[in-house]
Amino acid sequence: MSRHTLSVLVEDKPGVLTRVASLFARRAFNINSLAVGPTEVSGISRMTVVVDADGDLIEQVTKQLNKLINVIKIVELTSESSVQRDHILVKVRADAATRLQVTQAADLFRASVVDVSTDSVVIEATGTPEKLAALLSVLEPFGIREIVQSGTLAVGRGSRSMSDRALRSA
Amino acid sequence: MSKGSPISPSLMAAKSAGAPKAPEKVDRPADAVVDNAATLSPVLGPNNVVPPTVMTGSEAIVRSLEELGVDDIFGLPGGAILPTYDPLMASKMNHVLVRHEQGAGHAAQGYAMVTGRVGVCIATSGPGATNLVTAIMDAHMDSVPLVAITGQVSASVIGTDAFQEADIVGITMPITKHSFLVTDPNDIPHVMAEAFHLASTGRPGPVLVDIAKNAQQGTMTFSWPPKIDLPGYRPVVRGHNKQVREAARLIAAASKPVLYVGGGVVKAHASAELRELAELTGAPVVTTLMARGAFPDSHPQHVGMPGMHGTVSAVTALQQSDLLITLGARFDDRVTGVLSTFAPHAKIIHADIDPAEISKNRVADVPIVGSVKEIIPELSEAVRTAFEQSGTPDLDGWWAFLNNLRDTYPLGWTEPEDGLSAPQRVIERIGALTGPEGIYVAGVGQHQMWAAQFIKYERPHAWLNSGGAGTMGYAVPAAMGAKVGEPDRVVWAIDGDGCFQMTNQELATCAINKIPIKVAIINNSSLGMVRQWQTLFYEGRYSNTDLNTGHDTVRIPDFVKLADAYGCAAFRCERDEDIDATIQKALEINDRPVVIDFVVSPNSMVWPMVPSGVSNDQIQVARNMTPEWEEED
Repeated sequence: MSRHTLSVLVEDKPGVLTRVASLFARRAFNINSLAVGPTEVSGISRMTVVVDADGDLIEQVTKQLNKLINVIKIVELTSESSVQRDHILVKVRADAATRLQVTQAADLFRASVVDVSTDSVVIEATGTPEKLAALLSVLEPFGIREIVQSGTLAVGRGSRSMSDRALRSA
Repeated sequence: MSKGSPISPSLMAAKSAGAPKAPEKVDRPADAVVDNAATLSPVLGPNNVVPPTVMTGSEAIVRSLEELGVDDIFGLPGGAILPTYDPLMASKMNHVLVRHEQGAGHAAQGYAMVTGRVGVCIATSGPGATNLVTAIMDAHMDSVPLVAITGQVSASVIGTDAFQEADIVGITMPITKHSFLVTDPNDIPHVMAEAFHLASTGRPGPVLVDIAKNAQQGTMTFSWPPKIDLPGYRPVVRGHNKQVREAARLIAAASKPVLYVGGGVVKAHASAELRELAELTGAPVVTTLMARGAFPDSHPQHVGMPGMHGTVSAVTALQQSDLLITLGARFDDRVTGVLSTFAPHAKIIHADIDPAEISKNRVADVPIVGSVKEIIPELSEAVRTAFEQSGTPDLDGWWAFLNNLRDTYPLGWTEPEDGLSAPQRVIERIGALTGPEGIYVAGVGQHQMWAAQFIKYERPHAWLNSGGAGTMGYAVPAAMGAKVGEPDRVVWAIDGDGCFQMTNQELATCAINKIPIKVAIINNSSLGMVRQWQTLFYEGRYSNTDLNTGHDTVRIPDFVKLADAYGCAAFRCERDEDIDATIQKALEINDRPVVIDFVVSPNSMVWPMVPSGVSNDQIQVARNMTPEWEEED
């Protein structure tokens, strides 16, 4: 099993997320992460889906996804040819005695403190899954109270635009 | 939308089949009709130009159906679709009131299968809509162009568990090609046009249009033709040149080629093209359960139906082949048996309009995405060129092998030892006395297999059954729909006593609406196919398969009395010597439906058979009898 990042351009229509998600479920694919949001083209959304699957299975699921009427285009983004980032918010125990150590750790990862209270801070960080895992392991000893993490966002390197090409060929 | 790309043959057939209909409610100048727009527009129907007109959403639904060229609809009203049934009453379209929504769905399927046009069914929300689910799933499995229109509760109460509310879009998501929920009446014309376009083009399939009651009651401005906006839908029709040439090269080099023909050839109306390719290559042809009639049974190159109950010659042809020329088929498990042992020596050419079918089950050496209507002539042309360059391959040895199998293991049956009629004989006689111009619709089970085996199919669209889904109860309503679509043909529902009891309420619809189908109940008093498996694999322990409808039973229900109560002509036939005369009597009655209770032996079994879970090489021609293979293992 290998990890694949699929970028899926979809029409922004009701039910489109269900259609995509249930297709993965039907084929027993485990979705590792999923991020959905609007694009530079109105009416078009982009999903970034990270899945673990073998090569020919990923080809079959891509074909099945392409059959969905609301799916406009699918591109598999490799780690070499794309920038991939996760976004995380971590609430860490931090009182007067440990606050400085916690914020220093955050600084090392170029993370920022976005909320402070008497006994905790919320740290915001962006990066690859590996970098965020490293940050979490550094914060762990202080006591992690909550983690919220986005799905992976991915964009191809270079000047070309996925939606541009998709809509021109349409 | 792709610009000006050709559309599927089923769509073209639909256009030529429906006579352009004059719009009734709008006065407009005579030159407003743009006829030749139809050849380019993805909107079905004659593409009449209708200037903006204010009407209700319900009127817009009916008007859209009229503009799309719909002539016949099957449905049953209820609360949430009630507004639409009012303008429907004034329409010229023929609405057939069914007795159960499942019947509407299967009728629309039968209609679509014989005409090549989109079948239309209508139901109300909640249970009305869920009663359509089986038919929608059936259409999805067999790629039948179907548009199902359902009422939905008003948008303001959707999601509140309102009376007769069901999330039918959610329920049918995995079994539709696409679905729409309409809450704004202004969306109705383009959604209807898109639904028909999706259902009929590319790989055909069912499309659900769920319309909230407020959208039916609200007012909107109707104009026609609407703009179809489906940026994610671009079916490929023409085959890739390079792949077609590569396929031709393989055909020229093969010594044991087989044309493996599936239902896609019927859907694409490509039988004539297939025949040309077959005769050009000289290769044997097998027609799957969904493709019976795509190639004439009487043609010397036809070696039979492949699969679990296929002929020895057809199954073995695939197993021994060195090249499968796969046209609109999908390597279904009932054809391949254990996939890893299927056609082990064969290279695979796979032509299909659905890219997701290619290399799904069996990896294709030469994939060709497109309509077989386009691909087969391209392939014929390329094969001609390849044969000119490298000579016509010598298939004599291959044919000697297959002819020997065909002669040694023809289809047949053994007479039952209980003195009752052989079901195979009844079905064979129905086919022989009715002829190839008839339409034969089967349910699911033993009678379905015998109908596929013992009726001779000479033309496409003559054989209807529930192939992928295996829906018991398909036959009577599908035959009703077929008869509405092809009123001048004799339509037989060849049904089992189990299947018949699932949907026979549509006999009332047939009798009242003068849809004179003929129903042959192959009454073996049991769920025959299940019983056969119990005989073979469960030591004859007949758990819950006895239906008590046959010889020496309480005969509940009495099919003759039941048919009589429904206003049908009804006969019972219990002896071999009465079979022909009873069929003749049925063929002479055309003013009402006919039901014949053919009482047959429960012990007859479907042979040949590839038992489940073993290789096709283990095909048995009778119980525990596997053919002796020639030296070429």
